[in-house]
Amino acid sequence: MSKSYRDGLPISPEKFVDQLMRLKRGSIGRRDFLGLTGLGVATAVMARELGIMPTPAFAAEDLGDRMSIATWPNYHDPQTFENFKAETGVAVEVNVFGSNEEMLAKLQAGGSGWSLFVPTNYTISTYKKLGIIEPLDMAKLGNFDGTKEDARFTAEGTIDGTTYAVPKNWGTTGFAVNTKKLTKPMSSWKEFWDTAMAEGDGRTMVHDYQLTTIGNALKYYGYSFNSLKQDELAKAEELLLKVKPHLFAVSSDYQPSMRSGDAWMTMCWTNDGAQLHRDIPEIAYVLGKEGGEIWTDFYAIPKDAPNKPAGYALLNYLMNPKVAVKEHLANGAPSTDARVNALLPKEVLDNPILYPAADLLKPLEFGAAATLTDPGRAELMARFKSA
Amino acid sequence: MSETGHNPDPDNSTGGEIPAGPEPAFSMRGNLLHRNLLTALLLAPATMWLVVFLVLPFVAIAIFSVGERAPEGGYQAALTFAQYANLPARATAFWNTMVLAPAGALACLLVAYPVAYYLALRAPQRWRLILLALIVIPFWTSLLMRTYAWMYILGGRGIPALLAYVGIEDLRLINTPGAVLLGIVYGYLPLMILPIYVSLERLDRRLLEASADLGATPLSTFIGVTLRLSLPGVMTGFSLVMILLLGEYLIPTLLGGGKVFFIGNALVDLFLQSRNWPFGSAIAITLVLVSVVVLIVANRISTRLSGARRVDLI
Repeated sequence: MSKSYRDGLPISPEKFVDQLMRLKRGSIGRRDFLGLTGLGVATAVMARELGIMPTPAFAAEDLGDRMSIATWPNYHDPQTFENFKAETGVAVEVNVFGSNEEMLAKLQAGGSGWSLFVPTNYTISTYKKLGIIEPLDMAKLGNFDGTKEDARFTAEGTIDGTTYAVPKNWGTTGFAVNTKKLTKPMSSWKEFWDTAMAEGDGRTMVHDYQLTTIGNALKYYGYSFNSLKQDELAKAEELLLKVKPHLFAVSSDYQPSMRSGDAWMTMCWTNDGAQLHRDIPEIAYVLGKEGGEIWTDFYAIPKDAPNKPAGYALLNYLMNPKVAVKEHLANGAPSTDARVNALLPKEVLDNPILYPAADLLKPLEFGAAATLTDPGRAELMARFKSA
Repeated sequence: MSETGHNPDPDNSTGGEIPAGPEPAFSMRGNLLHRNLLTALLLAPATMWLVVFLVLPFVAIAIFSVGERAPEGGYQAALTFAQYANLPARATAFWNTMVLAPAGALACLLVAYPVAYYLALRAPQRWRLILLALIVIPFWTSLLMRTYAWMYILGGRGIPALLAYVGIEDLRLINTPGAVLLGIVYGYLPLMILPIYVSLERLDRRLLEASADLGATPLSTFIGVTLRLSLPGVMTGFSLVMILLLGEYLIPTLLGGGKVFFIGNALVDLFLQSRNWPFGSAIAITLVLVSVVVLIVANRISTRLSGARRVDLI
C-alpha cells in the first residue's frame, strides 16, 4: 500500500465537529452521517479557491435561522451552504437519501421538515398528482432564466404550464470500474453483470434503488430500462437473484467503498463517476452500450415546507450562475444552464464522463413515472434485497 | 417446575406475585369507593402512558395491517388478510433473523461471561469500578458512530491494509456475515455483561467454599454452583440482547452491506422504499408476537433452570 491511511480522511477536525453539531441539531439518521462524511470528500477537493459569493437581492421576508434540504450523497459543495448562511443567517441542514422512493415515503408520511429537496425528473408528476409539492412562485426566483435552460432536460419540471421544479443538473447512470483490479475492458451492462459473478465476485456494488438496479438488470436482456412487463421483470429478477450472493453490497453510497478499494466495480451516477475518476484516475466511468438511464435532478419545494421563505431564498441563491458553477465543479454533474456552461472551464466541458459521445447517449432512457409507484418493481426490489 | 430441588433462596420461592387486595365488602362501600378512586387516580398516569405509547400505536399498526397498499404507495383502508398471507415472501429475512439473533446473543454471551466473571469474582476491589466504567462508557456514544468506526476498521484501509504489509492481499472482512456478528457482539456486549455481573456479584462466596470443602473440583463447583446461580443473569442478558436483535437493522446494513437481511431491514424497506405500509404493519405485528413468544419461553427456561426462582426479564 503506497497510500497513507490519511488519504481516506479528507475532513478536518473542525469541519467534523461542525458537521457533528449540525447533526445534533437536526434529525440524525444513518444516511445523514454517510452523506455528511461524503460531503466532506467534496470539501477537501474544493476547499482551495472558494470565496464569498456576490450577494443576490433577497426579498424582505423573514427567513428564520434554519432550514433543511433533502438531497443525494456527495451532491453539493458544502461551502455553498456555508456562504448562504453567511449571507442570510440561515443554517442549512442536509439530509441525504439513496433513492427517490425514500424521499417520496418521507413526504407522503408528512412532516418531513424539508424546505427544499432534489427529486429526479420522473418523480415530479407523481408529487404533483399527490399534491405534495408547491407550484413555484417564479417571481421569487429572479436568478432562474428558463430561456437559458436546455429544454431536453427541463421539460418534466413544468406540468400544464405550471412550474413545479427547476433543474439542478443532468447526468447518466453507468458503472465505475477500478481498472487496476478489473483489467478487462468493459462497455456493456452484460459485461457488468457477468463480471460481477466472475472476476468481480465479492467486489461489486449495485444501487439500493429499484429504478437503476432493476433497470440495468433489464438491460442485460436488452429490455427497456423502464419495463413493467411481468415476463421481462421476472427475467431481471432471475438475474438479480443469481448475482446477489456475489455482490459486495447493495447501497447507493458507494464512493467510500470504491475509494478504500473494498469495492472494485459499482453502478454509478455521472457526478460520482467524475469525482472518483478525478481523485483516483484508475477508476473509470463506463456507460453500457445497451443503454440505461439519463436523468435530470430538479429542485422543488414541498407543500408542507416549514420554512418556505428560506426554501425560495436558497433555491434562488442556487440558481445564481456564479454559485451554480461552483456546485458543478464540486459535484461533477453537467449543468442544464447555458449561463453556467459559459463559466465552466474547458477541461470540464471536454470531460467525456460528463458529456458522453452522442452514440452512447442515444440509447439512454429517462426514467418513467410509472416505475416509481409500480408495486411489482417495488416488491421485486424488496425480494432481491431480502433473498 | 421443580420446587423441591436445591433452592438457595427460599424466601422468593413462591413466585413473588403482587398480593391481591382485600375482597370488596359491601358494608365498606363508601370507604372502598374512595380507595378505588384513589387507586385509579394514582394509576392514571401510568395507564395513560401505556395507552398513548403502547396500545394506540399497536392498534394503529393492527388496523394498517389489514389494509391495502394505495396505488401511489402508503395505506388505503380495507379489510383483508392478504398481507398476512404474503408473509412467506419474507421467509428468508425471518429465517436469517431467527438464526442470527440467537447466534448473536450466544456469541455475545460467550464473550461476556468471562468478562463478567472476572469483574465480579476476580478483579481487585479498587479496580472494579473503573473496569465497569470502561465497559459502560463506550455505550454513551451512539451505536451508529461505533458501528461506523467498525466499517473503517474492517474496511480496505483498516485491518486488510495492515495485513497487506505481511503479504496477505485482497482480504475482505467488511460486508460478511462474520462482520455482522462481530458488530452485534461489540454493540450489545454491555447489555450482556451487566446482568451477569450483577447476578455473580450477589453470589454468596460461602457456597463456593462449601462446595470446595465437600470435595468438588473447581470445574464442578463452577458448573454446579457459580454457573447455576448466575443463570438468571444469563437469561436476562440473553433475552435482552435477543429481543433487541430481532429488531436489529443498523448493523446488518452497515457491516453486512445491506445483504445480510434481518426482518428489521425488510420492515424499513417496506416503509421507506416499497411504501407498502399494510405489509410492513403485518410484519411488525408478527415480529411483536414472535418477540413475546421468545420472552415467555426464555422466562420459562430461566425459571426452570434456576430452581424455580422467579426472574424479571426487563
